[in-house]
Amino acid sequence: MDTFFAILQVASLVLLLVLIHRPLGDYMAMIYTGKRDLRVERGFYRVIGVDSQSEQTWRAYLRSVLAFSLVGVLILYAIQRLQAVLPESLGMPAIPEGLSFNTAISFVTNTNWQSYSPDVTMGYSVQLAGLAVQNFVSAAVGIAVAIALVRGFARRREGTIGNFWVDLTRGILRLLLPFAILTAIVLIAGGVIQNFNGFTDVTTLTGGTQSIPGGPVASQEAIKMLGTNGGGFFNANSSHPFENPTAWTNLVEIVLMLAIPFSLPRTFGRMVGDTRQGFAILAVMSTIFVVSLTALTLFESSGAGSAAQAAGSAMEGKEDRFGIFGSTLFATTSTLTSTGAVNSMHDSFTALGGMMPMLNMMLGEVAPGGVGSGLYGMLILAVIAVFIAGLLVGRTPEYLGKKLGPREIKLASLYILVTPTIVLLGTAASFAIPGIRDDVTTTSIWNPGVHGLSEVLYAFTSAANNNGSAFAGITANTPWLNTALGVAMLLGRFLPIVLVLALAGSLAAQDKIPATAGTLPTHRPQFIGLLVGVTVIITALTYFPVITLGPLAEGLQ
Amino acid sequence: MSTTSRTAGRQYWVALRAMIVFTAVLGVAYTLLITGIGQLALPAQANGSLVRSGDAVVGSALIGQSFTDADGNALPEWFQSRPSAAGDGYDAAASSGSNWGPENADLLAAIDERKAAIAESDGVSPDRIPADAVTASASGLDPHISPEYAQLQVERIATTRGLSTEEVQKLVDNATQSRDLGYLGEPTVNVLRLNIALAQLAG
Repeated sequence: MDTFFAILQVASLVLLLVLIHRPLGDYMAMIYTGKRDLRVERGFYRVIGVDSQSEQTWRAYLRSVLAFSLVGVLILYAIQRLQAVLPESLGMPAIPEGLSFNTAISFVTNTNWQSYSPDVTMGYSVQLAGLAVQNFVSAAVGIAVAIALVRGFARRREGTIGNFWVDLTRGILRLLLPFAILTAIVLIAGGVIQNFNGFTDVTTLTGGTQSIPGGPVASQEAIKMLGTNGGGFFNANSSHPFENPTAWTNLVEIVLMLAIPFSLPRTFGRMVGDTRQGFAILAVMSTIFVVSLTALTLFESSGAGSAAQAAGSAMEGKEDRFGIFGSTLFATTSTLTSTGAVNSMHDSFTALGGMMPMLNMMLGEVAPGGVGSGLYGMLILAVIAVFIAGLLVGRTPEYLGKKLGPREIKLASLYILVTPTIVLLGTAASFAIPGIRDDVTTTSIWNPGVHGLSEVLYAFTSAANNNGSAFAGITANTPWLNTALGVAMLLGRFLPIVLVLALAGSLAAQDKIPATAGTLPTHRPQFIGLLVGVTVIITALTYFPVITLGPLAEGLQ
Repeated sequence: MSTTSRTAGRQYWVALRAMIVFTAVLGVAYTLLITGIGQLALPAQANGSLVRSGDAVVGSALIGQSFTDADGNALPEWFQSRPSAAGDGYDAAASSGSNWGPENADLLAAIDERKAAIAESDGVSPDRIPADAVTASASGLDPHISPEYAQLQVERIATTRGLSTEEVQKLVDNATQSRDLGYLGEPTVNVLRLNIALAQLAG
């Protein structure tokens, strides 16, 4: 019976995504290819001093991305440091330097790693004027970069790849804001709170007291999901009944996380003039998603491990209204996108179950990945897959009519090296440097044994891939982890963006070569299989050793 | 100053102005708009789905509560919620799971202890106790228990309150919510609502 309901739930998710995917994908293609500005946009461009009709080279585009993100970090840092004097702060003090640094980077990089417990750290002013704003703009930056890469494939012999300020503005005003408004209202109807009431003290039925929190939660929850951000208004994130009150809001939140990432391949197909190419990318993403979801669900419902066996099933860290399947579906969605929201505590998953969110992130978050970042990550892997296929048959690799020469392959190869390097170096440094190891093992790690290693590995995997979920027992609000994870998030976001935009520039400058009989078709099942294989094998080769030290060791002992 | 550094400097000025506008629109105006709509159209939900027993607000239908004495001992005359890792238990200002790992000895000890306590208070054999009764939820504020756990407590409630099993059973049946739309999530029992009904029955 449970399997039956699980399949029904997946079926309705698939149905909703199928219904959304075409219109939303086409709408996004329209947004990013349209020539006309809305009146409100024209006013905005005048205020910020941008000529919306001018285009940028990849270098200029990149400079704008970096300038905008740096300013975002500085403003968010300042807002946190000034919390004590801002209105609606619930009397909470200024946030310390190290934590402000980590949090500012975390939200600007679309990671939303939280080294802090928001319930007792962040007042309303920081939440809405600082964090929620970055939830919008960091998401729009990710989509903009993906669109710039798609233009690289679509254009021929052009020196420019679009205008960052226009892409950013349109992404926010035409896409994220209207959908956030709609879905925030839906979430309120489901019970998500939206007020400025502060804490309401009530006398409980047995005469005790309970301090019920308030806050503008629905407005933040909507964009947290839609922009694959994931930073919770409350410590318990989307398991908190005020963020995710019912099983149906749970499904709504899952749809929100997947809506844009699963529709972007359609946008890509439209923009390169061949929707079959977008469909192939979508098929790769969906295949990985289904396999990963099945694995996590099997592990969690197997009830393996000492705690699950003692209790009768793996319900530690799960909510009754979601049950096991509502939790595994959410966890898979959250870690295969770059959201990182949780509706169950991954730290308490069965050992092999806890490995799955980690693996999902290690895949590079490409199935379907974060808004924008998922598409550009998958397109990089497609470039690698075409290259490997080219090696096998001894032909110059080409993708969508673009020749993949040494420069393109170097950029793609560097891309897939960036995050594993950060993850493995960060984890290794945490245990190899004596002073740091003492701090990590005595202060940061919550669970003893190999599970403690998994907590640190999870943290660096999550930070470098800009996910933001955690094996949340870890105490990350320490000088080492605040700094190291902050740097990991920064490099994990912007090094890939540099490489992607450089690739976009070099592709846009090329002419398109016509397909011949010898060209590898990149829309057929053969290529879909190849791309799934490349994605999985690269991850497996990179991470297998460290996985055996953590979750595999715990799960197989 | 070279042209490049001038353009680069200009980018920061553009970025700063853009962020100021975005903060005003996306941070302040958007939040106020949603708050306005919520407060006007859906005030009960927007303000936390508060529930009353008689005239007094006794909590939120969405936030679980402890039904224990001041020392944290379970009060046998009330349906018990799940264990909670939020503060000292159901501290709504400090939501949290235990984050104990699947092999953590502290978790195993806690499960054993909870099992023994329930087996004694409810007079049932330990292998009949459902998993949610001995595990802490993700939020620490789970307002629900499984219908199985509610069922398990019927006998104890009836005995301690001097009610008939049928009366208590009826309350549990009324409080049992099926899956959302018939197929989403799991069937649940809202403990606070159930206990309010119980209090009214007892008069």
